[in-house]
Amino acid sequence: MTATEMKERLVGRALKRREDPKLITGHGNYLDDIKLPGMLHIALVRSPYAHAKIVSIDASKALAMPGVVAVFTGKDMLDINPMPAAWQAAGVKNYPVPPRALAVDKVALVGDPVAMVVAENRYIARDAADAVEVEYEPLPAVVDARKAVEPGAPQIHEAAPNNIVFEWECGNKAAADAAIASAEVVVKEEIINQRLIPTPMETRGSIARYDAATGEWTVWMTSQAPHVHRLLLTAFVFGVPETKLRCIAPNVGGGFGQKIFCYNDMAFTMWAARKLGRPVKFVEDRSENYKYSTHGRDHITEAELAGTRDGKITGLRVKTWANIGAYFSTVAAGIPTTLYGRIITGVYKIPAAYVHVTGAYTNTAMVDAYRGAGRPEASYLIERMVDRFAAEIGMDPAEVRRKNFIQPEDFPYDNGLGLLPYDSGNYEPALNKALEIAGYAEFRKQQAELRKQGRYLGIGISSYVEICGIAPSAWMGGQGWGAGLWESANVRVHLTGKVVVTTGSLPHGQGLETTFAQIVADELGVPIDDVEIQWGDTQGTPFGYGTYGSRSLAVGGVAIKRSVDKIKEKARKLAAHLLEANEADIVFENGRAYVRGSPDKAKTIGELAAAAAVAYNLPPGMEPFLDETSYYDPPNCTFPFGTHVSIVEVDPETGHVKLLRYIAVDDCGNQINPMIVEGQIHGGIAQGLAQALYEGAVYNEDGQLLTGTLMDYAVPTAAMVPHIETDHTVTPSPVNPLGVKGAGEAGTIASAQCVMNAIIDALAPFGVKHLQMPATPERIWKAIHGSK
Amino acid sequence: MTTITVTVNGVRYTSEVEPRLLLVHYLREHLNLTGTHIGCDTSQCGACVVHVNGVSVKSCTMLAVQCDGAEITTIEGLAQDGQLHPLQEGFWEKHGLQCGFCTPGMIMAAADLLKRNPNPSEEEIRHGLEGNLCRCTGYENIVRAVRYAAEKMAAMQAAD
Repeated sequence: MTATEMKERLVGRALKRREDPKLITGHGNYLDDIKLPGMLHIALVRSPYAHAKIVSIDASKALAMPGVVAVFTGKDMLDINPMPAAWQAAGVKNYPVPPRALAVDKVALVGDPVAMVVAENRYIARDAADAVEVEYEPLPAVVDARKAVEPGAPQIHEAAPNNIVFEWECGNKAAADAAIASAEVVVKEEIINQRLIPTPMETRGSIARYDAATGEWTVWMTSQAPHVHRLLLTAFVFGVPETKLRCIAPNVGGGFGQKIFCYNDMAFTMWAARKLGRPVKFVEDRSENYKYSTHGRDHITEAELAGTRDGKITGLRVKTWANIGAYFSTVAAGIPTTLYGRIITGVYKIPAAYVHVTGAYTNTAMVDAYRGAGRPEASYLIERMVDRFAAEIGMDPAEVRRKNFIQPEDFPYDNGLGLLPYDSGNYEPALNKALEIAGYAEFRKQQAELRKQGRYLGIGISSYVEICGIAPSAWMGGQGWGAGLWESANVRVHLTGKVVVTTGSLPHGQGLETTFAQIVADELGVPIDDVEIQWGDTQGTPFGYGTYGSRSLAVGGVAIKRSVDKIKEKARKLAAHLLEANEADIVFENGRAYVRGSPDKAKTIGELAAAAAVAYNLPPGMEPFLDETSYYDPPNCTFPFGTHVSIVEVDPETGHVKLLRYIAVDDCGNQINPMIVEGQIHGGIAQGLAQALYEGAVYNEDGQLLTGTLMDYAVPTAAMVPHIETDHTVTPSPVNPLGVKGAGEAGTIASAQCVMNAIIDALAPFGVKHLQMPATPERIWKAIHGSK
Repeated sequence: MTTITVTVNGVRYTSEVEPRLLLVHYLREHLNLTGTHIGCDTSQCGACVVHVNGVSVKSCTMLAVQCDGAEITTIEGLAQDGQLHPLQEGFWEKHGLQCGFCTPGMIMAAADLLKRNPNPSEEEIRHGLEGNLCRCTGYENIVRAVRYAAEKMAAMQAAD
C-alpha cells in the first residue's frame, strides 16, 4: 500500500457485528450454560406474604430428602453485611435499608427469600424448597408510595421512620411559586408513571466457586458492572481484600439496567461456596425475576405548568412520590433525583422550575434504574404537560415547542436545576424533520376530515433531551454517587501486529466489540480483524464502572481512543529514531509513520510494534512494547436529543388503539456504526411504546404481584410493535474527541409520551385531557364513555 | 427412570431420564446443547424453540420421554456443512439480534414459519413469530432478517 491508497475508514459504516457468529449458531456462553465439576444448585424459599414476621423455619423434611446437601437461612449469614447503598440522594439525609443475602426475622415483599436449599440438581433443590416449612405472622402491607408516607401507614423498617427513604428538591421554589401564582394560564395534572419490569430475556443469577487453599472466589454473574460488583462484594459485604474475588460476566442476555445492581444471590452463592467447598449455581425463574429483581419507574406526580396565552412557558412545579420498593437497591436514590429532577424542563427554556421528590419504601420489589432511568419519567412529564398547555391555549403543540426550545446559540446551556450545562443541541431541525416525514400539515387536514366520518386519528410529538456519559467524577461525587464514573482502557500492539484492547465496559447486546474495533482499526490503520476486544472479566481488564446510562461509547470508547493516541505517539517517537529523523517531522497516517514528504520510506505500525517488542533498537529511555493505558474522566455529560412523532387511530367503540406510524429523528452526535445505532433506537422505542400501550406491574393492596409472569405482564410481541421509521440529525458533542453522545436509551426516553400524546390528541373531541398509562382499551373506553 | 432414544442434530442418543424431565433440560443438561435457552416458566418467550420431527415446539413444554424415537433439530444443528442457514445469515446481515438470548428460538421458529409460508409479508412474519419474545430489537430487524432469508431461499430454489 502506498500512502495515497487510503485505507477505507470504518467509523461511520454499518459493519456487521463480530459478536454474532457464535450467537446465531447456539454457541454463546450465558450464565446458565456454565457447568463446573461438582457444582450444586440453589433453590430459594420465598415469602408468600408482602410483609410478615418470620416465626419459625423448619427444614427437617427438606434435609431428609436424597440429594439435598444443606439448607441455610438468613441467620446463618449474619457474618456478612447487607448489600451496599451506593448512590444516595445528594445533600439530604437518606435512610438506606438495603437487602441482606437472605431475610432475617421479617420479610418486606412477596418473594423475599427466607431460606436456601442447596442440592445436587435443580429439580431436587426445587422439591426440597417446597418442603421447607416456614411459619409467618402476617403484617399489614402498603404498596403505594404516596400512601406509604401518610400517617398511620404500615411501618416497614425501624430505621426508616414513616417509610421515607429521602426527601429531595432542586430548582427555585420561590420563583416557581411566583410564576404559577402570577401566570395567565396554569395547567395542573396528576401524572402517574407506572411501574415497569425490565424483562431482559435472560433472567439473573450467579455461580460461585471458592478455592479454600488460596481463599479466592471466582463468581460468574449476569452483570453490567463486574468490577463494581467485585468492589462492593469484597470491601462492603464480605470485608475481604478485593484481590480475593474475580468476577466474570459471560455473555449477558440483556440488562436494561436490571443487571447493574449488587444482588443478594452474588453474596449467598459466595457464602455457600465457601461454606460447602463446592461450586454453587443460582439462576432465577422468570417469576422469581419478576418478584425480586429490580423494577423501574413507579412515580406519582402532581405537576403544574404555567405560561402565557401566546404560548410562552413561564414556570413548572413538580411534586413526586417515587416508589423505592421494599429495600434500597444499589443506586436507587440517584434515579428519581439527579437523573430526573435535574432534567425536568427538558428541551425548553423555563425560567422558574422546582421539583420535590419523596422516596418511599413500600412492600414491593425494589425499584432502580431501568432503561432511561429517571429521564423517561422527566421526559414523559414535561412532554405531557407541554401538550396539555398547548391544548389549553388552543395552540399547535409543535408551535408551542418551537416557541420554547432552547436555541442553538444558548449552548452550553444551564437549566438552573443543578445539572452541568447541556453540551450542544439544535432542537428545531429534528422536530421539523420528524414533522416533515410524518406529513404533519397534511395529516391535520386528514384528521379533521376523518373526524367528520367518526374516525379518531391523533398525532403525538415528543421532543426530548437526555443525559448520557454521566460525569465528571467530581460532579457525581457531589450528587451522592459513592465513587467515580470514569472509564479505563488498555491497548497493546503485540509483536505480530495484533492489537488487544481490554476495557471495563462490556456489551450485553450493544455491539460494543464491533463499535470499539471500528474506532481502533481506523486510528491505528490496521485491519479490523487484527483488533481483539476483551471485556467482562475483572482478571485481565482494567477497572471500569460498567455499561449502563448510554455511557460506554462516550466514556469507555474515549478511554480506548486515548490509549490508542498514546500508542501512536510512542510509535512516532520510535519511527523518528528508526528513520533517523526529527520526531516533529514524522507523520502517522493509515497505520504508517514516515518523514513528511517521503511517504515511500515508511514504517508500518506492525513493524514498529515488532521493533518495540524485540527492543533491539529503541531510542534512549524508551521502554519496550506498545502498551498504553488511559483513565478517562469526561469534563461533562453529553445530551442527546431528538423528536419522535407517532400517529394512532382509536376505535371509540372498543377503545382499541392502532399505532399507524412511528417516526424517530434522533441526534446522538457522531455515529460510529449507524446500523447498531438504529438497532438501539428500535429496541428503545419498543420498550417505551410498550409502556404507553401494554405494560404495567400491578400489585394488589396486600402486596401480591398480579403481573408475576409473562402470562400477565404484557411484553410486546412482534405483532404488537409497528414498523419504525428512523432518521437523524448530527450535532457532534464538544465534550469528547469522538463527538459522540450515546444512543442506548434515547428510544425509550422519547417514546411513551409520543404515543400517549397521539392517543390524547385522537381523543380531544371527547374532551379527554390526560390519560394514565398503559392506555388499555378499557381505560380509553372509559375516558370516552365515562365510567357508566 | 425411563430409557429414551432420540436423534438430535443427526446424532443418536440413548438416555436414562426421569419421567418429569423437560426436553429443554434434557438438551441443555444431558446433551450439553446449551444453544437452546430458557427465558420464562410459562411457555411465553419461545427462547427454547426446537424442531421435533420437523415441527417447532417449545421444549420447556414437552417432556423428554415424549420425544422417544423422535428426530430433533436444535440451533446447533441448523447450519449444514459449515454453511449458515439463510436465517442465520439474515439475522447477521440485518442486525436481527442484540443480546442474542432469544435468537436461537427466534431462528428456529422462523425456520418453521418459512417452511409453512416461504414468502411471508411483514404482517405474516409479525404474526408468525408471536410465540417468541425479543426485548432488544423492537422486532424491526428480525422482520428484515426473515424477509432476507425468504428471498435468499427462493433464489436458491430457483437456482437448483
